[in-house]
Amino acid sequence: MAHAQTNRKITLDRRKAVNRILKDRGDTLLVTGLGASTWDAAAAGDHVNNFYLWGGMGGAAVCGLGLALAQKDRRVLVITGDGEMLMGMGALATIAVQRPQNLAICVIDNQRYGETGMQETHTQFGVDLATIATGAGFAETDTAWTMKELEDSLSLLYETPGPVFLDVKVTDALQPMTLPMRDGPAIKHRFRENLLGKA
Amino acid sequence: MARKVAGDWSSDVFKVLKGEGVRQVAYVPDAGHTNLIKRCRADKAITAVPLTTEEEGVALLSGAWLGGEAGVLLMQSSGVGNIVNMLSIANECRFPLLMLVTMRGEWGEFNPWQMPMGQATQAVLEAAGVIIQRADTPDRVAETVQSAAAMAFEGGRMVAVLIGQRLVGFKDWSK
Repeated sequence: MAHAQTNRKITLDRRKAVNRILKDRGDTLLVTGLGASTWDAAAAGDHVNNFYLWGGMGGAAVCGLGLALAQKDRRVLVITGDGEMLMGMGALATIAVQRPQNLAICVIDNQRYGETGMQETHTQFGVDLATIATGAGFAETDTAWTMKELEDSLSLLYETPGPVFLDVKVTDALQPMTLPMRDGPAIKHRFRENLLGKA
Repeated sequence: MARKVAGDWSSDVFKVLKGEGVRQVAYVPDAGHTNLIKRCRADKAITAVPLTTEEEGVALLSGAWLGGEAGVLLMQSSGVGNIVNMLSIANECRFPLLMLVTMRGEWGEFNPWQMPMGQATQAVLEAAGVIIQRADTPDRVAETVQSAAAMAFEGGRMVAVLIGQRLVGFKDWSK
């Protein structure tokens, strides 16, 4: 909770932040939440270990939990938005009860509903998702406001025994849409075949 | 061997789930699922995942399947109202989704607040694309779950077993 001040100026660009996070992914399995987080991951480069959610708002973190419980030897990272996380906040409690050591939840927090007209989310008014994750019982949580703080938090995402939670404060600057594959069965089959072999 | 209590279908259902290789059991408790939840929690090969809301179970089991594990979602009929949009994930991606739903609001229900969702359960599930299988007598539950598991895990579909309130019993508030 080193960086949980709410009045700091936000300067981080979301694409640069997600790019930086995924540069160090190694063989991490990635689940992305509906909306800009999915576009950000696509912009960072399509990958067979990416499962893109294009729907089911509120389901990204707990989808990551199911995957993490099934693949205990692999790091599982969920990258999602603040609006998506807010819709499924109970997932933080459900995850904390399971205590998956291999699961990291990363919220790219622009404090806006980006797909619907940039309306403010609750985080804009001070709701602190990292503190909520701490209260739920996550092993470690933090908030990154700058590229330096994000770089310092990479070991949290990839190495610290989970469940861990990182809130990355980013500007609300709109980014070009970079759309990954969107056929559900195709995304599922590609992910499973690479991970589990041919069915 | 302990004598099976008449109407205790949970041990047979548990055997079916074990036979299907179920590894993750997600649930929001219901009185009708009490014994099954106990058995699942006691089994070391099964991860029991209590949820804060039923929709988490749909996303959880999608992730489980991505990682190679089969699962099941246990809930009461009122929980069906909570899962509708999340079913989009399973529906679009054709994730197997096996749900065991104990019914309220249909047989001898005295709580009027249970009627709306209980009466809407089947229609809501069908509108969302879920295949329905019903079990209304104790001896039919396990075979119905077996059938539903095949349609879910082999057939790649969302299947709900509605376990009738006639079978689960209704709460007697006079005691």
